[in-house]
Amino acid sequence: MNSFTRIMTATALATTVLAGSAASATEITFYYPIAVGGPITKIVDGYAVEFAKAHPDITVKPVYTGSYQDSVVKAMTAAKAGNAPDAAVLLSTDMFTLIDNDLIEPYDAIATSEGDKTWIKSFYPALMENSQAGGHTWGIPFQRSTIVQYWNKEAFKAAGLDPDKAPRTWDEMVAFGKKLTKRDASGHVSQWGVEIPSSGFPYWLFQALTTQSGAILANQDGTKVAYNDPKVVEAAQFFADLGQKYEVMPKGIIDWGTTPKDFFEGKTAIMWTTTGNLTNVRKNAKFAFGVAALPSKQRGGSPTGGGNIYIFKTKDKVKQAAALEFGRFLTTPERAADWGIATGYVATRPDAWQTEAMKKYAAEFPPAVVARDQLKDAVAELSTHDNQRVTKVLNDALQAILTSAKPAKPALDQAQAEATRILHAYQH
Amino acid sequence: MTAPRNARFSMHVQGWLLALPAIVLLATFTHVPAVSTVVDSFFSTPHGRQPAAFIGLDQYRTMLADPIFWRAVENNLLYALITVPVSIGLALAMALWVNGRIRGRAALRLAFFTPTILPMVAAANIWLFFYTPDYGLLDQIGRLFGVDSTNWLGSPATALPALMAVTIWKEAGFFMIFFLAALQQVPPDLYEAARMENAGRWQIFRRITWPLVMPTTLFVAINALINAFRIVDQVIAMTGGGPNNATTLLLFYIYQVAFSFWDIGYAAALSTVLLFVLGTIALAQFFLLDRRIHYR
Repeated sequence: MNSFTRIMTATALATTVLAGSAASATEITFYYPIAVGGPITKIVDGYAVEFAKAHPDITVKPVYTGSYQDSVVKAMTAAKAGNAPDAAVLLSTDMFTLIDNDLIEPYDAIATSEGDKTWIKSFYPALMENSQAGGHTWGIPFQRSTIVQYWNKEAFKAAGLDPDKAPRTWDEMVAFGKKLTKRDASGHVSQWGVEIPSSGFPYWLFQALTTQSGAILANQDGTKVAYNDPKVVEAAQFFADLGQKYEVMPKGIIDWGTTPKDFFEGKTAIMWTTTGNLTNVRKNAKFAFGVAALPSKQRGGSPTGGGNIYIFKTKDKVKQAAALEFGRFLTTPERAADWGIATGYVATRPDAWQTEAMKKYAAEFPPAVVARDQLKDAVAELSTHDNQRVTKVLNDALQAILTSAKPAKPALDQAQAEATRILHAYQH
Repeated sequence: MTAPRNARFSMHVQGWLLALPAIVLLATFTHVPAVSTVVDSFFSTPHGRQPAAFIGLDQYRTMLADPIFWRAVENNLLYALITVPVSIGLALAMALWVNGRIRGRAALRLAFFTPTILPMVAAANIWLFFYTPDYGLLDQIGRLFGVDSTNWLGSPATALPALMAVTIWKEAGFFMIFFLAALQQVPPDLYEAARMENAGRWQIFRRITWPLVMPTTLFVAINALINAFRIVDQVIAMTGGGPNNATTLLLFYIYQVAFSFWDIGYAAALSTVLLFVLGTIALAQFFLLDRRIHYR
């Protein structure tokens, strides 16, 4: 026997052994991104270990895949190479992209038992808006958030405002902002009234303004947008006016990443950001701060945001069932509460707020409840077919408006025309 | 007659075998992908169950009508036009300086070279801090002189120049090393002769140093130009192409079309254009400029 044959025999033997051990347990791959601070990897690994204890026949392999953007790239390229993850947490707005690429399985096709059906119905309806399309449920809410306002109580007191009252309307926000903006003789501003970030994905924060002015940006099936609705134009004008006319917000583009830092440094008295930053602010703000629902115009409200659990298509029904089981495990009331407390995300179902752990947390730290209470006014995050392209059109228009490159109306008319052209292929 | 032919044949085989590993690697990771990209650019993007269809030059027609593509081209040309000469000029100036007999020469060389060894994303994060409005380094310095704060990366007028500064800062030190090596190759007797003729410093530079480092300048220029079209990491780390596409460069746009929009066909067409641009640069520099360069 020469060395080549020996190696071949050994390999064949090893393969048989490995295949044998794999057959005894179903192994599923679970991709997840990290978008907030904290020891997320440790928490997710812990869930996988707990799951293994309850289901000895299933092994979950959690794979940290970077940011949301990295994660969808990794999941889609892996799927195109025939090696899709079995389950993944991806942006709720990636739904149409995943459907159009025929990559995900609707839950209603695989979760058919009575228990499964009640499970699908157990989440906040506002969170399900981004999870359902065409009569199917494609995603289950996992790490979801809304936008809230954080305010610096000491700055409010110094400006002669009631430190316990955040602005409740747009007019109040401007009026408070004028009192809070501190200018020296040369016009240099040491403290701004408010910051609404506009880098990267301005559409999300802008969607809070359009919701408040009474507009809905896209239809449920993701085939139409309303970028140049008069109410949307009004919201865009107000967004720009905060900096350019009322001068209570820095002009130009405000960076999403440094907004919390601006808040900690006292550079802004109010900031709009995700509830996912709650733990971050709690740790780093050296002053008393408050958290409140966003101010209203025609109505209050915010878009939801964050990630859903998707089950990928596969021919292996055993794996798919295992992935579903893991999805159910991650979203029990107890775990939804635990995840919410550990990260700052909104616990995704009403009964999670009835658990002992959550009741205790909410009593200790009342701001945690704000995001939940805002859910009743929340709308679906902007999501359409060819989502990233359609939202980029709006992002570009907003940045042009905010940097005074274009007036609101023509910029949004142009964005509407471009988005309609892109979505033309999806009109049935 | 057969024996020598056999020998020649086996020599050929041996030669090819020696080149084989390199050929395989180059073909797998460069040539095959490049060719298949060009082929893909004539097909539509497959969607779910709908396979790719041959559509001829449609992707290129879309490109001609795509304002963001033209914005990226314009930005990229501006980027090359400014970063290449400035970083070459700076590199040469730094090399001339640290080539002289001055104190702390090693420390200076190291200081100039440091930006090169930093990973781009780390460097981009340092510069993000420099550019932060109000409490960023630039604004803090500006305030000492009574300058009001600037939103460097957040306004369309300053965002692209701000990225250019990072590239120049990062590349000049690297190119300096090449110039330093070239300067040390210049025979000292030429300088001695020039000094005996009472030539001024500018004259010495123009008549001796500049022509003699010309091959290095060409090499550096090609690299800088190609780099200018290959920049993507700092755009992703610092601006994401914004505001309103003010910092969208070609490769970043390709990345966006391919991995955000999943429009693989269009991304292939854009890549083909970039491939063509880079190929043309290389050819033009090698063949047209070659003649004017002094080689010893």
